Amino acid sequence: MKYFPLIWAGLTRKKLRTILTLLSVLVAFLLFGLLQGVNAAFSSGVSGAHLDRLIVQGKVSFTDQMPLAYRAQIAAVPGVTAVTYASWFGGYYQDPKNQVFSFPVEPSTYFSMFPELTVPKDQVEALAKTRTGAIIGKKLADQYNWKIGQAIPVKSAIWTKLDGTSDWSFNVVGIFRDLDNPSQEMSLFFNNDYFDEARSFDKGMVGWYTVRIDNPAHGPAVAASIDKLFANSEHETKTVTEKEFTQSFLKQLGDVNFIVTSIIGAVFFALLFLTGNTMMQSVRERIPEFAVLKTIGFSDGGVLAIVLVEGLLLAITGAALGLAGSAAAFPLLESVVGIAHLPVSVIALGLFCAVLLALVTALLPGWRVARLNVVDALAGR
Amino acid sequence: MTHAISMVNVIKHYRRGRESVEVLHGVNLEVGEGEFVAIMGPSGSGKSTLLNLIGGLDRPDSGSVSVAGQRIDKLSGGQLTHWRAGHVGFVFQFYNLMPALSAAANIELPLLLLPLSRVQRKAKVAAVLEIVGLSDRAKHKPSELSGGQQQRIAIGRALVSDPPILLCDEPTGDLDRGTATEILDLIQLLSRREKKTVVMVTHDQKAADSASRQLHVDKGQLLDAGIAA
Repeated sequence: MKYFPLIWAGLTRKKLRTILTLLSVLVAFLLFGLLQGVNAAFSSGVSGAHLDRLIVQGKVSFTDQMPLAYRAQIAAVPGVTAVTYASWFGGYYQDPKNQVFSFPVEPSTYFSMFPELTVPKDQVEALAKTRTGAIIGKKLADQYNWKIGQAIPVKSAIWTKLDGTSDWSFNVVGIFRDLDNPSQEMSLFFNNDYFDEARSFDKGMVGWYTVRIDNPAHGPAVAASIDKLFANSEHETKTVTEKEFTQSFLKQLGDVNFIVTSIIGAVFFALLFLTGNTMMQSVRERIPEFAVLKTIGFSDGGVLAIVLVEGLLLAITGAALGLAGSAAAFPLLESVVGIAHLPVSVIALGLFCAVLLALVTALLPGWRVARLNVVDALAGR
Repeated sequence: MTHAISMVNVIKHYRRGRESVEVLHGVNLEVGEGEFVAIMGPSGSGKSTLLNLIGGLDRPDSGSVSVAGQRIDKLSGGQLTHWRAGHVGFVFQFYNLMPALSAAANIELPLLLLPLSRVQRKAKVAAVLEIVGLSDRAKHKPSELSGGQQQRIAIGRALVSDPPILLCDEPTGDLDRGTATEILDLIQLLSRREKKTVVMVTHDQKAADSASRQLHVDKGQLLDAGIAA
């Protein structure tokens, strides 16, 4: 602590340069927090995938529909203990940018397949009994102030009705929670019967099946048996684990992880040069000062530590402010990314990156100062 | 007289590109405790090299250097650094103060290396500010002080850890005559009252006149015997 004034003096020697560097670090980590937070929100679905669930989808494309008749055949495969299904509805509220993640499902089997979706039993029964019923996530309900008993209009970007419109109407009969994966609470589930009757094409088809198996170790064998059933049929299948399915589903939106990593990588690469250059310049200007410190008895390690701590202070302060900014922005982005808080893991990763950045950028100038020849430095050589 | 500084047959080379140049050719020097010695000589004669060797900033290629009872030519780089902190204070021509630190904080720097509490450090700094006559300038930054005041702060920094030896490299070289006289009076006072052994390198005959002994270096050799009477 007694060295702090000395370190502070080094940082405030050129105030404008320090402030601009701090701002660069701040903006980089603000971006890091926002992008990694979004990435984490997307990845939470993947990490939350259950090992005892398989997904049966079209072999050629995820968007290929399969006959509803497959269900009984899949259920008969040894090792399969339950089967349900769903389809991608492509729903939005009023404007296409207000996406509503909507899925026509079979109420009696769907919610028992996904116990992580917490919903009162009577509300599931209400959905089964109400042809136009829908159970919506808590976050979705909060976002549009939708309540149980309310009729809500949802348009589909894919499915037109028999009357030629794509305007669908649902009655909210329940609200579910998913505390492990709050982004799920932006979803809407409604009756597949209603969907199948009202849609103008692909009747009797479903998007994918979700299968529960008796033992995760049997997954590959069960998947192979299911796919073998429908080999050489008009609708061949590809059975994958829930994790693989979630990943391929997210890739429909683009490889978020790749995009985020690429952007952050480019930003940090630029930041590395910027901060490194600043540190080098700052140390170069202070060579006589470091020479004096060494003359009066500061060791090589001591002056190296001063430069490293300067770098750490700059990087960690900028990173902390940037991450705080992104954490403050997350509640405002909840409707877009589905989570209200910047995950702690992203904050920890950000601070780790800041430490790494500081060490990488300060080590070289610090080493230069540690190896400084005092006689030459004092003589201005 | 006990010798504060003793150099025996010291040889020092420097490399200039591929060439090796002998800067000091077998120098012998003895300085007694509490003595104030001025070393004079033309540029490039080797006087600053002599000062660097006494201060443990550099090591001879051969010969021995004993300062304050220690053979410092035998010490490693790290040991020399540690030794410097407790045994020598340096005063430079251009003061070499930390521009972002106050006068008091500049003086306090050597004390950071000692196991002292904040209160003890403040007390020592206050005492030194009193000695150099700048108690009322403690919070000023170097840029807010005159050249003479900055040199007084530099002398304060050299004194604060109470080293027995004070090494001054052209301490008045950047000052006007009046201010230079004040600084020389202060150095003289430190030598007499505080019993500091002072070695001062200078071009200025008037500055050298304030010393108790004058030595002349030319082409790497001490022209005088360099041995205290």
